[in-house]
Amino acid sequence: MNQSVFAPWDDPTQKPLIRFKNVTKRFGDFTAIDDLSLDIFEQEFFALLGPSGCGKTTMMRMLAGFETPTSGVIELAEQDIAPIPPNKRAVNMMFQSYALFPHLSVYENIAFGLRRDNMPKADLDARVAEMLKLTRLEKFAGRKPHQISGGQRQRVALARSLAKAPKLLLLDEPLGALDAKLRQATQFELMDIQEKTGTTFVIVTHDQEEAMTVASRVAVMDEGRIMQVETPERIYEAPNSLYVADFIGEVNIIPCTLRQTGEDRFALDWLEGQAPFTAISNRSFSDGQAGHLALRPEKVSISAERPADAQNTVQGKILDIAYLGNLSTYHVEIPGGRIIKAQTANTRRISRRSYTWEDTVWLSWTPTAGVLLEQ
Amino acid sequence: MMRLSWFNVTSLTLGFAFLYLPMLILIIYSFNESKLVTVWAGFSTKWYGELLQNEAFLEAAWVTLKVAVLSSTFATVLGTMAAYVLVRGGRFMGRTLFSGMIYAPLVMPEVITGLSLLLLFIGIGLDRGVLTIVLAHTTFSMCFVSVVVSSRLLTFDRSLEEAALDLGCSSFEAFRLVTLPIIAPAVISGWLLAFTLSLDDLVIASFTAGPAATTLPIKIFSAVRLGVSPEINALSTIMIGIVTVGVITASIASKRNVLRQQNEERAAAQS
Repeated sequence: MNQSVFAPWDDPTQKPLIRFKNVTKRFGDFTAIDDLSLDIFEQEFFALLGPSGCGKTTMMRMLAGFETPTSGVIELAEQDIAPIPPNKRAVNMMFQSYALFPHLSVYENIAFGLRRDNMPKADLDARVAEMLKLTRLEKFAGRKPHQISGGQRQRVALARSLAKAPKLLLLDEPLGALDAKLRQATQFELMDIQEKTGTTFVIVTHDQEEAMTVASRVAVMDEGRIMQVETPERIYEAPNSLYVADFIGEVNIIPCTLRQTGEDRFALDWLEGQAPFTAISNRSFSDGQAGHLALRPEKVSISAERPADAQNTVQGKILDIAYLGNLSTYHVEIPGGRIIKAQTANTRRISRRSYTWEDTVWLSWTPTAGVLLEQ
Repeated sequence: MMRLSWFNVTSLTLGFAFLYLPMLILIIYSFNESKLVTVWAGFSTKWYGELLQNEAFLEAAWVTLKVAVLSSTFATVLGTMAAYVLVRGGRFMGRTLFSGMIYAPLVMPEVITGLSLLLLFIGIGLDRGVLTIVLAHTTFSMCFVSVVVSSRLLTFDRSLEEAALDLGCSSFEAFRLVTLPIIAPAVISGWLLAFTLSLDDLVIASFTAGPAATTLPIKIFSAVRLGVSPEINALSTIMIGIVTVGVITASIASKRNVLRQQNEERAAAQS
C-alpha cells in the first residue's frame, strides 16, 4: 500500500484532470447547474451526491458530451471539451439502466467500443479477456444480457465502459438496481477495480452511504450548486452548512445564541433558564449571533446519573427507542420540548436494557462533539 | 379456466361463422366439378389445373408480387427514416406539421389518393406500368410502416444509443449497429404490413396501372364482372392458403421466441 495519503486536492502543484469553470446549464427557464466551479484530480473516486433534481446527472451528461453547458468551460486534461463529440472523448460512461446491447453477447458488448477503434483481432481478444477476468465474467462471455443475473449485468456494463481504458469513467447510479447485500459487495468491488486500473471515477448517487463508502471526495449538491466538496470524513464530521449536516447521516440541530468565552470557545444559550452549552469552533462568530449546534447522535452519551466531569449535560425523558440490532437510538425529550437523538452501540448480546420508555436520563457530550453552524 | 356459458358459446359460434363462412363456401366451391358456381356437381381439382394454364392470371400474379416486394421495401426504408426523425429529431420547425402530415394518408380515401397520383403521373408524363404502381404503393404504405416503427421507437431505451455514441460510434453507426438490430422486429412487421397492403390493393392500383401491367386484384375484379368462374375460386383458395400458412408460422415462431426468452431469464435469475 502507498503510505503517503492520496490528497492531490491539497497540493497546489497538481493539475486537475477535470475542471469546471463557472459552468451554467439551463433547460428553458430551469437552471440545472448554476455557475459551478469544481476540480477533479487524476485517480480520484469522486462522488456527486444530492437529491434527485439537484443537477448531478446533468453534470455527468456534460462530461460525457450528451449536454453542452449554456455558459462556462469544462476542461479535460486542460483542454476545452465543448467542441468534442461524445464518440471522440476519452470518457466512458456506465449507464444507470446499464444500456447493454440486448442483441449482442457479453463478449461482443465488451468488445463493442474496441471494434469501433479497429483494434487488431489479437489485441481485442486479449483486452476483452482481461476485462472478463477483472469482472469475473469469464464463464458468461457467450451469453446474451437477458441470460445473466442483475449483478452480472452490472459487471458487464462496467467491463464494457472500462474496456477502452478511458481517462475518466462516469458511473450513473451504478448500483441502484441491485439489492442491499449485493450492493455492499459491489461497492468494494468497484473500489478494488478503480484502484487496480488507476482510472478516475466520477460516480453519481443519491445514496449517501454509497458515496461515503467508495469516494475519495464527495461533492454534496443542491439545486444546481455545490454545497461542499470534501473527503467523506470531513463531510460527516465538519459539514459547512445546515444542508450538508442534515443531508449526510442523522443529526440533531439545536438553534442557539452564541457568546464567545475563550479563544475558540463559545457559550450557547439554547433556552432561557437553562445552563448554556459549550462548544469549540475555529470559526469566528460575533457575540449574540444566532447559530446552530449540529450534533451527531452517536456523539451523545446517555446515562442514568449526571456525569460529573461532562461540560454539556441536559436532563430529559425517553420518548422512543429504535432498536436497530447493532445500535439503539433513543429519542429523548429535553426541556423546551426539543427531541435529541442519542445512539449507543449494543456491544453485548441480550444485555438488560438499562433504560426504558418514560425514564428520566442525562445526556452529555464534549465541547468538540458538535459543529457550530451559521443560519 | 373460464367456464363457457351458453351465451359465450353462441356468440363465439356466430362471430366465427360471420367471419369465416363466406371463405369456407368459396373454398368448397373451388373444388366443384360444375362450371356453375352455385350448383354442386361433385369433387374435382380441375379448376386448379386450368388456373395454371391461364397466362393472364399468372402474369398478373407475377406483377403483383413484384410490385408488393419493391413497394414494401421502399416504404420500409422511407417509413423507418421518417419515424426515426419524428421520434428522435427533438423539436424542429414544423415538427407537428410533419407528424400530422405523415399520418394523413392513413385516413385519406383511397380514391382520392389514386386520382391525385394519376393526375401527377399524367402531368409529368410518366407512362403507367409497374413503376407507377410501385411508386403509388410506396407512397401510401410508407405511412403504415412509419406508424409501426415509431411506436416501437417511443419505447426504445435512449441510453442504448447514447452508450453506442459513448463507445465511439458516429450517429449513423449507432443507428446501424444498435438501433436497427433492436427495432428489427418492428421494421419487419412494417414491411409485412406494407406487403399485404400492396397485395390486396385494388383502388389505387386501378388508377395507376396501365395496359402494360395489371395486378391480380384488378384482374380478379374485372373477371368477376363477367361472371364468377370457379377458376377465381381456386385462385382465391390458394391465396387464403398462403396467408394462413404465413400467419400460423409467424405466430408459432414468435410464441416460441417468447417462451425461450422467459426460460432463459428464469435460468439467469437462478444462477
